[in-house]
Amino acid sequence: MKWLRDNLFPGWVSGVFSALLIVILAKSLFAFVDWAFLEAIWRPDANACRAAKGACWGLITEKHRFILFGTYPYEQHWRPAAACVLLIALWTFSAFRIFWRWWLALVWLGGLSVIGALMWGGILGMPYVENERWGGLILTLLLSTFGVAFAFPLSILLALGRRSDMPMIRALCVGYIELIRGVPLISVLFMASVMLPLFLPSGMTIDKMVRAQLAIVMFAAAYLAEVVRGGLQSIPKGQYDAAHALALPYWRRTWLIILPQALRVSVPPIVNTLIALLKDTSLVLIIGLFDLLSTVKISLTEPAWNGFGIEAYVFASLVYFVFCFSMSRYSRSFEHR
Amino acid sequence: MSAPMIEMSQVNKYFGAFQVLKDVNLAVGRGEKVVVCGPSGSGKSTLIRLVNRLETHQSGRVVVDGVELTEDPRTVDRVRREVGMVFQSFNLFPHLTVLENLTLAPIWVQRVARKEAEETAMHFLARVRIPEQAGKYPSQLSGGQQQRVAIARALCMKPKLMLFDEPTSALDPEMIKEVLDVMVELAREGMTMVVVTHEMGFARTVADRVVFMDGGRIVEAAPPADFFSAPKTDRAKLFLSQVLGH
Repeated sequence: MKWLRDNLFPGWVSGVFSALLIVILAKSLFAFVDWAFLEAIWRPDANACRAAKGACWGLITEKHRFILFGTYPYEQHWRPAAACVLLIALWTFSAFRIFWRWWLALVWLGGLSVIGALMWGGILGMPYVENERWGGLILTLLLSTFGVAFAFPLSILLALGRRSDMPMIRALCVGYIELIRGVPLISVLFMASVMLPLFLPSGMTIDKMVRAQLAIVMFAAAYLAEVVRGGLQSIPKGQYDAAHALALPYWRRTWLIILPQALRVSVPPIVNTLIALLKDTSLVLIIGLFDLLSTVKISLTEPAWNGFGIEAYVFASLVYFVFCFSMSRYSRSFEHR
Repeated sequence: MSAPMIEMSQVNKYFGAFQVLKDVNLAVGRGEKVVVCGPSGSGKSTLIRLVNRLETHQSGRVVVDGVELTEDPRTVDRVRREVGMVFQSFNLFPHLTVLENLTLAPIWVQRVARKEAEETAMHFLARVRIPEQAGKYPSQLSGGQQQRVAIARALCMKPKLMLFDEPTSALDPEMIKEVLDVMVELAREGMTMVVVTHEMGFARTVADRVVFMDGGRIVEAAPPADFFSAPKTDRAKLFLSQVLGH
């Protein structure tokens, strides 16, 4: 009671505002609960849905497997499901500092091989599935995972290059970063998808998924590079002096002294960029890949379910939110160390 | 007589259009202790930072232990391996423990085995009288302790020459003594030292020579007894009256 009085109603002006806000929040909450639960239809019955006033979760009930796994063969859905679980487990495992050892790389290598085996199949009695048919959540997660894995080291090199004493290297890195940052991701995706094949020798093709992945890596690396550069700039000159005075050569100095400190201060903006990266993978729908958001869109094209976009997008948002929010919480725990 | 440890001849140094060092000539013999003093902005820090090429000079020669410092990174590397340096702001590596700060360069530059590097580190930590702090991070230590760790870190490279750039200027008065004591001890053991400092008591006890700088030039260089009792120039007299005046 005291807390209420002190914080919400300390004077009559803020009191009125508090009361007003409480009323608005309560009304919206009731309306939402009413729509999402009380009046909602859970059966996959489009006609019942049209009659009802509430949400039509029946759409999700019927379409959730397509939304989550895309055009992957229906009876094989356990494979992308297992791959998703495995990938999430790998990330969770890597979140713990005590596992930050050299063998963590081996764990990832092993884990990703198993994921590859699951997804492609062709061994252990699992029928082969070409990656044109991969889709939904696992595509989003894989694009993000490989996006981070390649973009992050690349971004560190770009950031170091941008601060290099060598004019050629510096110019190249600045040029790359500014060029990529200056164009929308969609155009990078288009370039990778449409123009890249034109430059390849005839007969050689690169898989569409790899092309999209390449575009995402290139794009994320440019953004991350600027974040890392910010961290590098926060290192006091005295640290360089001390490293020089101890005769540490460039790469050891960078690896042992500068980067550990620079990356630590960059954790919040790095996570910020990674969250953006995860959500940006949804743009691959533009070049015909079926990630989580594309599968939602496609499932709405069926005439019976036309017009229930809100429910489908709420569902997709919820999935994205779970991942992004976990990342955000994790980075918070990092800052408070 | 063997060649001097440091030999600077006709050294000029500019920051942009501003000339920080003007025709500096200085030789420091082996085992010699030189204290460099002078008003702020007189170029003292720049002078000793030239010795391990934290700054570059535009003309003249800087020769350290027989190696002339040039654009060639190998000369720089050779000199830096022989020269230890202690900074005003300690410049310990905050993300590493005291022990890791001390073993880093021996392990990664001199390729000493970890165990041996740790033994050396503990030896020097004992010498600066803080062996019990080995597992702590720099931020957990007082300023005086941090500076002593910094001295130990430089000593772990077994240098032939130690440079001190205002090592006590950032310290609270009660911690200055503990750092100076370590430096006096080091001097007694015969280390060649160049020390930029305003601690005139230290200069009197330890220095073989006091070098007084003003406006980028070496104005006077004399044994401490002569310098303190009979400074030759007005600028040195003025400086001494300001430093010792109260």
